[in-house]
Amino acid sequence: MTNSPSTAPLLDVRNLSVQFTTRGGTVTVLDDISFTLERGERISFVGESGCGKSMTALALMGLLPAMGRVSGGQVLFKGEDLTTASPARLRRLRGNEISMIFQEPMTSLNPVFTIGQQISEVLRLHRGVDNAEARDRSVELLQAVRIPDAAARVDDYPHQLSGGQRQRVMIAIALACEPEILIADEPTTALDVTVQAEIFALLRDLGAKLDTAIILITHDMGAVAQMSERMLVMYAGRRVEEGQVANVIKAPAHPYTRGLIACVPHITSDVDALVDTLPEIDGIVPPITRFGRDECLFAPRCAKAADECWSAKPQQSDIAGHSSHSVSCWHPFGTEGSR
Amino acid sequence: MNFLRQTAVRLGYAIALLLAVVVLNFVLIHIAPGDIADTIAGDMGGATEEVMAKIRADYGLDKPFIVQLGLYMGNVVRFDFGYSFFFNTPVTSLIAERLPATLLLVFSAQLLALVVGVVLGVISAQRPNGMLSHFVTLLALFGYSAPVFWTGIMLLIGLSLMLPLFPVAGMVDARLMDAPMWRQYLDVLHHLLLPALTLASIFLALYSRLCRASMLEVLGADYIRTARAKGLTEREIVYKHALKNSLGPVVTLAGLQFSAVVSGAVLVETVFSWPGLGTLALQSILARDTPTILGILFFSALVVIVGNLLTDLVLRLIDPRIRSGGG
Repeated sequence: MTNSPSTAPLLDVRNLSVQFTTRGGTVTVLDDISFTLERGERISFVGESGCGKSMTALALMGLLPAMGRVSGGQVLFKGEDLTTASPARLRRLRGNEISMIFQEPMTSLNPVFTIGQQISEVLRLHRGVDNAEARDRSVELLQAVRIPDAAARVDDYPHQLSGGQRQRVMIAIALACEPEILIADEPTTALDVTVQAEIFALLRDLGAKLDTAIILITHDMGAVAQMSERMLVMYAGRRVEEGQVANVIKAPAHPYTRGLIACVPHITSDVDALVDTLPEIDGIVPPITRFGRDECLFAPRCAKAADECWSAKPQQSDIAGHSSHSVSCWHPFGTEGSR
Repeated sequence: MNFLRQTAVRLGYAIALLLAVVVLNFVLIHIAPGDIADTIAGDMGGATEEVMAKIRADYGLDKPFIVQLGLYMGNVVRFDFGYSFFFNTPVTSLIAERLPATLLLVFSAQLLALVVGVVLGVISAQRPNGMLSHFVTLLALFGYSAPVFWTGIMLLIGLSLMLPLFPVAGMVDARLMDAPMWRQYLDVLHHLLLPALTLASIFLALYSRLCRASMLEVLGADYIRTARAKGLTEREIVYKHALKNSLGPVVTLAGLQFSAVVSGAVLVETVFSWPGLGTLALQSILARDTPTILGILFFSALVVIVGNLLTDLVLRLIDPRIRSGGG
């Protein structure tokens, strides 16, 4: 799959838990998340809003909101535990070895600085280059993210650029220091469909060129298929299923994953056929105060729910025949030998 | 090019506005009861109708209103504001003597209020529920609600009389007439501090509150998250990325408050016997010295208009979206 050495993976997240302290008490927003990421690998985090995808990314970056804290587990980046790293050490990693781009390109750039200044800033900060060199590199980076006439656009302000161009600038900032990991948090949600495809192609190409691992956070199954080798499905702050994209989409084991995939309208389906009901998953996400309880949090919405689902948290188990495909469910699909 | 044209248009508006102010002032003064003849007659202990008419004729006050206005406008365009009835000197030289003191007071008060206000606002925004934040809120409430003449008198009692740290009145110490230049500058600064602080207190309160609110809003913005993700230190994030964005509302307010600062200066000058336009205005109003009053009003309007133009310029420097004229 990857050509990484047989030593420790680039990123090894072990049993990561995050808690928020609110007026109403402590809530668990991330519950026992584990995954690994190899050099140059691309993984997608999938799930509904509020399932903890973005919170996982912020925890990796050490950018949890003030009320949040890592309550357990480790984030091992090249063997170093980031959950115990000093703020200064984290600042040296951010934007340098681990970068992030966000959902809202329209508001993610500072309106009062030119895009050249905003790209140069990371280069000066992490690479210690002087102003002239930073500017030259900024132009090269703008060319690399395919902004036409980059030498002239480098002095533009964000408001002079379109949404797609702004996201390209964000990508240029994120990749300026050739990071090991790029976290893309729903990078195309706010963009046109045609622009989305271009952004994904750009991320794939540049990621491959720089050997940067990409964590894509999305709820768009099409983006997952286009961008990633592996996917991790999250629900209510927990990991419910993980595996190769092809395997998971072909044979989802968790009832929630199955529901998610069923919700994607197929482009190959008969256009003349009358679709009177859009498939959806019944019920709603449990309130955040229920997160972290010792029960299957999907049980209230699940057709297969039985007694044990209500009384204990399902453990992660591998699916026979697919070594890298695992699921956390008392009654997964496929294991009984029938779908 | 765009920038030059916009500036030219603004200048045009400013001149038109200034002329309108002159006409309006002239009409208002004319409507107001009493004129210089009343003052002179009062000083003489009474006068007959003929004497009064003679005085009015001497000063050209017997001509029809519209002719007086026309003559006055004609002179103003040539920057001639006539003779002071009361001081018997040209109004322009009278004002030239007093204007620098007022400008010094007005601009140092604005600068003091802006700098201290912004610093207090930024610091209290970083810990919105901290001790300092509450203290700034309290100080702001106090500064804004206390009348400026009261603040001035309290400062005088406290820091000039009880603790003789600052001079009580005036702008220069007569004993330092022969002292070296730098010593005299220092002396003016020494005299300036209390009046400037008094005048600044109201606006300091406004600016610090607005800066705190604006800063809090900006600190929640997406591009601040981006700045954090870049690995910048908290100080760079606050003082570089956030501050420049949060200054816009503060500078806008400072521009709008410019006229209030100028009118506040009149009170402060009176309290501290500051030899500026404010004290001159009071004297000339009491003497019904129409040309001097009109001249002072003209220059006050000019100061406000220049202040607003400056504000505009600073806003353009801060925010490129205003500079390009779109959106």
